[in-house]
Amino acid sequence: MAHSLDWQLATVAGVHDETDAVRSFSLTLPAWTGHRPGQHVDLRLTAEDGYSVERSYSIASEPERSPEVDITVERIPDGEVSPFLHDVVIPGDRLEVRGPIGGYFVWEASQPGPLLLVGGGSGVVPLMAMIRHRARAGAMNPTRLLLSSRGPGEIIYREELDRLSATQDGFQVAHTLTREQLPGWTGYARRIDEAMLSEVLAPIGREARVYICGPTALVESAANALVRIGLAPSRIRTERFGPTGT
Amino acid sequence: MTQRFVTRGFVGRRRDDGSADIASRTPPGQYITKDFPVLSAGPTPRTPLEQWTFTIQGLVKQPVAWSWQEFLALPSREWTVDISCVTKWTKLDMRWRGVSLDTLLEGAEIDDQAAFVIAWSDGGYTTNLPLPDVLNGQAFVAYEYDGAPLAAEHGGPARLVVPARYFWKSAKWIRGMRLQAEDQPGFWESLGYHNRGDQWREERYSGD
Repeated sequence: MAHSLDWQLATVAGVHDETDAVRSFSLTLPAWTGHRPGQHVDLRLTAEDGYSVERSYSIASEPERSPEVDITVERIPDGEVSPFLHDVVIPGDRLEVRGPIGGYFVWEASQPGPLLLVGGGSGVVPLMAMIRHRARAGAMNPTRLLLSSRGPGEIIYREELDRLSATQDGFQVAHTLTREQLPGWTGYARRIDEAMLSEVLAPIGREARVYICGPTALVESAANALVRIGLAPSRIRTERFGPTGT
Repeated sequence: MTQRFVTRGFVGRRRDDGSADIASRTPPGQYITKDFPVLSAGPTPRTPLEQWTFTIQGLVKQPVAWSWQEFLALPSREWTVDISCVTKWTKLDMRWRGVSLDTLLEGAEIDDQAAFVIAWSDGGYTTNLPLPDVLNGQAFVAYEYDGAPLAAEHGGPARLVVPARYFWKSAKWIRGMRLQAEDQPGFWESLGYHNRGDQWREERYSGD
């Protein structure tokens, strides 16, 4: 990989609310070389006086949609970048972007075998790129997503996940809501634990490849639990974000 | 892009306290955090301390292997350093205790042919560093952070710390170093990240 990752001027093609605090931005890139599901982009914002900041965002969309790339951003109230993206950026705006970045936390439909995806909150974003790519590629490998969200209104991509789950192509989503459930909720209602992971894993088996993305505490406990269940550590790939993802 | 692009409507928050000192210690593209974020590619390995060893091999006259107790008995010191992660956070004044690589390599007697250090860790992680970049007080193996034993998720029982490079070069769960004549890209260096990773030159990715 000798080529450099140059900054490109992306055009915001669309903006879409996922939840009250989470919004997706579709970016059209002039020189996109394509990405692998799970990779991210860097975004650079520059003020009039030259002050600039950079942040990394996971790509939410499947490579088949290149050169359009979606990022999904949670609004961190005291953040510097996410409130700007939510409150200021509209379709037609241009943003400096470079990528794709990261070559380890990636999954492609050419990789056979069962797949377990574990996400916490906006940690579902890179997993969604894998799920969308899998559906688009027509893969039938047994796949489970265990998604932990705080409350019913905070499940990112909920409708799309439920729709994909209903297609009988081997993909199923299991939800857990850790703080608030509405009457009649049939999913899990606690933090991800060993028993929950065992249940979700049972139909697809311990040979599954595993991708876990979310806050550090969730990733640590889920990865450790899966190792205790008997999965090889080498099959478990993780991506974490601390409380500083602004 | 030769001319600087200005993002419509972006003002930014600037440095919170406006301190010139903090501004001068923030590498390009980084922001200051007060947290200690955790990033790693797989599950946190846990090697029992009684099985833990630290080895120095390769182009050395005297390969060495220390047990945990022997490692703790090596001359150590406190280090207060600024750390920058390629994921954009910089944390100032992180306080560690550990053993200088100068001390570790002294015991092994480096062969004249040795030019690169390959650090390797529990879980299979590796990272590469030119020897001149880690000598003379530029790198250490830490086992305490902020006055307490280094937590496993932060790389405990012991991790490499190379403050002048992005933090992926500071291999968590380090178990040894191999000295080589030839460079050999490590884990992230083989996956599109910069081979050197100097945060002041913003060497994030291959080609930067």
